Parts: sequence; C-alpha cells; structure tokens
Amino acid sequence: MSDTIRLMQDKLATLAPQHIDIRDDSAKHAGHAGARAGGGHYQLYIVSDAFAGLTTLARHRLVYDTLGEMMQVRIHALSISAKTAQES
Amino acid sequence: MSIQDTIRETVTSNPVVLFMKGSPTFPQCGFSARAVQIIKACGIAKFAAIDVLQDPEIRQGIKEFSSWPTIPQLYIKGEFIGGSDIMTELYQNGELQKMLEGVAAE
Repeated sequence: MSDTIRLMQDKLATLAPQHIDIRDDSAKHAGHAGARAGGGHYQLYIVSDAFAGLTTLARHRLVYDTLGEMMQVRIHALSISAKTAQES
Repeated sequence: MSIQDTIRETVTSNPVVLFMKGSPTFPQCGFSARAVQIIKACGIAKFAAIDVLQDPEIRQGIKEFSSWPTIPQLYIKGEFIGGSDIMTELYQNGELQKMLEGVAAE
C-alpha cells in the first residue's frame, strides 16, 4: 500500500469510519497538464456516522479539513463518496 | 483590487460561474470536462468559465475564497455549490436543474 493512502487512512481514522476504501487512480491521469505538479488522484469511499445530518458539501468539507495539508501537496484530486452507515 | 475582491466580483456579477482547468471547448482535466457537461445538460448554454491555468493567482486564490482545495468549482448567484462530485450528485437527484432554472436568463 502506498505511503499516501496509509497517511490518508490514519488522518481519516479520526472520523471513526465503519468502512473506508481508497483507490489510487494516479496512473489514469499521468502526464495530463494538471498532474504535472505532482500529487496523485484518489477515489475515497467512506462510511461514518460523523456525516449524519450533513449536506454533501459539508461532508466533503469535513473530509478535506480532516486531510488538511495533504490536499495541498500529496493529493492532486480526490473523488469523494461519503455516506452514513444507514445510507451505505 | 485584491485577488479575493476580483473573485468576489466575478461570482456576484455573473449568475453562473465555473472555475475550471482549460476552457469549455478544450477542458484540460477530466473533472472540469464533467462539470462543463453537467452545466450544459441542465440547459445552460452560456456561463462564465474561468480558466485557472491562465492565472496562478486565481488558481490559488479561488481555493482560499471558498476554503475548498480542488478545481473545478461551481458558483450560482454568488454561492459556492461544490466540485464535480457534488455537481454530479445534485444533477442526478434533479436539484441542480432546479437551482439553475431561470438563472441564466437573468
């Protein structure tokens, strides 16, 4: 498992996820203009009751805030699916 | 005018604004391409598209403006709506069509 994915899992553990799946899509984007600066493309599927009562926008914000500075450097793009246990 | 003021003016003086990589005709990123497709699918032919690759100050400034780390970013009537995942979700459940109804005509 890559370093970045492990770090993401560590950070997101604070949301007490019941399920978390992170996929590295970087290979699909290698070479395109936006990827040149470095940083990978990832797909995140996360189930946590921390999302209960939040809009999708607020859920994504919570994920971004939790990942903090990782979004500035290591992660170039992140596709997020954030559900509660009831919705999953 | 500071870059934050410039951005604020852009999103308030245009009803629909998309900050993206590349142009609607030649998007430079798959997520930006999807965002353009969704806006068009909502029947919006004319909207303000800002290519952040043309201006590093706007590219960084827009992330601070919305406290949102990624691009594309959609604004409707000055309000930040979200990135391409959220646009996809709002389009699939029909909310985005409602939000955009009549907006372009203003």
